[in-house]
Amino acid sequence: MKKIILLLLAVSCLAAGSYGQKYFTKNGKINFDATSSGSPEKIEGVNRTVTCVVDAKTGNMQFAVLMKGFEFERALMEEHFNENYAESDKFPKAEFKGAIANNEKVNYGKDGTYSVTVKGKLTMHGETKDVEAEGKITIQGGKVSAVADFNVLLSDYKIAIPGLVADKVSKTAKISVACSLEPLKG
Amino acid sequence: MKNQLFRIAVVLTGILYMNSLTAQEEDLLKLLGEEKPKKEIVKNAFKSPRVINGHSMEFLRPGTMDFRILHRFGQLDQGYENFFGLDQASMRMGFDFGILQNLMVGVGRSTYRKELDAYIKYAPFLQSTGKGSFPLTIALVSGMTMDGLPWADPTRKNFFTSKLAYYFQTIIGRKITEGLTLQVVPTLVHKNLVQLASESNNIYAVGVGGRLRLSRRISLTCDYFHVYNPLKEYDSEDPLSVGFDIETGGHVFQLHFSNSTGMNERAFLTETTGRWDKTEIRFGFNLSRVFQIKKKKTKEK
Repeated sequence: MKKIILLLLAVSCLAAGSYGQKYFTKNGKINFDATSSGSPEKIEGVNRTVTCVVDAKTGNMQFAVLMKGFEFERALMEEHFNENYAESDKFPKAEFKGAIANNEKVNYGKDGTYSVTVKGKLTMHGETKDVEAEGKITIQGGKVSAVADFNVLLSDYKIAIPGLVADKVSKTAKISVACSLEPLKG
Repeated sequence: MKNQLFRIAVVLTGILYMNSLTAQEEDLLKLLGEEKPKKEIVKNAFKSPRVINGHSMEFLRPGTMDFRILHRFGQLDQGYENFFGLDQASMRMGFDFGILQNLMVGVGRSTYRKELDAYIKYAPFLQSTGKGSFPLTIALVSGMTMDGLPWADPTRKNFFTSKLAYYFQTIIGRKITEGLTLQVVPTLVHKNLVQLASESNNIYAVGVGGRLRLSRRISLTCDYFHVYNPLKEYDSEDPLSVGFDIETGGHVFQLHFSNSTGMNERAFLTETTGRWDKTEIRFGFNLSRVFQIKKKKTKEK
């Protein structure tokens, strides 16, 4: 009897282990640029504490970004970003949940660079919208690095840009993602 | 008993298999475990380091300078002849510097008594959330003022120190909700020279300050001090100011009504003579513009 239980437990462990390799990071980077053309000031911030998990088997990927983690060159800009636009106390996190649409093209076992398309849902400022981004995945020595660029229309996320600052702050933000992922153990 | 164990094992196996089959739906972020909320300092308790007249629990960000221009006009009850006080103006120009997250200094000069003032403000405790948080901001202010008027009687022996006064404050404040901040400010003003021998050189006061956010960019502010032993030479009143903070991109406008003309602690705590019940109040505004002196690095080279 004990042996059967042990066997079942062993099988269950195997089952748990057969998810396929996953990769993760807790210090991915996201650049955010909402500078209006012709603005004297650069409206850009960087977040270096982005969490990202990628499942190599399914191509599923998820991002979590703390809004307060965005740093700006000017303290006042950072304050306004958190207070007036992102409302970081109300909506502390932005999340992306999606998948690599052409995951079968990526050979995680072999070094190389692969062009990918990522589709999914981005939740920010309490609003969820579909986004699609073109990116690149580079495999080198068992590590995965991913980069992608895409634009978001701020009004999609109910972030209003008052007329007073429209000459500085653009209605769309360019988001650049860069993550170096490590194999997730366990 | 054994049977039960067996059943549990079967169920467990089943669940884990199901899990692997439904991997499509799993929350990948959960695999990394729950993040512990980090200690985070509560910011923007007030829009600016001053409520209206008095210091607030808020600090300037490190590396920034706040250029402040303060105006107080004449009394409203002067009527149309003096355009409800707007014909006369008293001003203070000030430069405040954020050095650390919890340390700032400032200097200013007022037209009233041609007075110079300077202060240092330091917070041993800042209100924070998360692990090891502290519910209040406790800040200490130490300041000094120097009268710039010529000696009233140049023939007698005058001492330079007679021009000086000091003030010490403890600010105990809390941003209670996103919209409401309150603070209590026990204050001591020491005047090196008072007019009457019977008067104390130490003036004690307690201030109460608050902010109520009305919208993203507009707040209602109130700043009141109760003075326990007002100087008899001025028959002074408790200073009370009520106003709005309006934020426009890079500027903060503080528009208000107040019964005091003075714009430093010595002046508004000891020489406020206007009375609210007699409409001896004035319109005033503070204009604050924050400049970034030291830029944060957001790009790697």
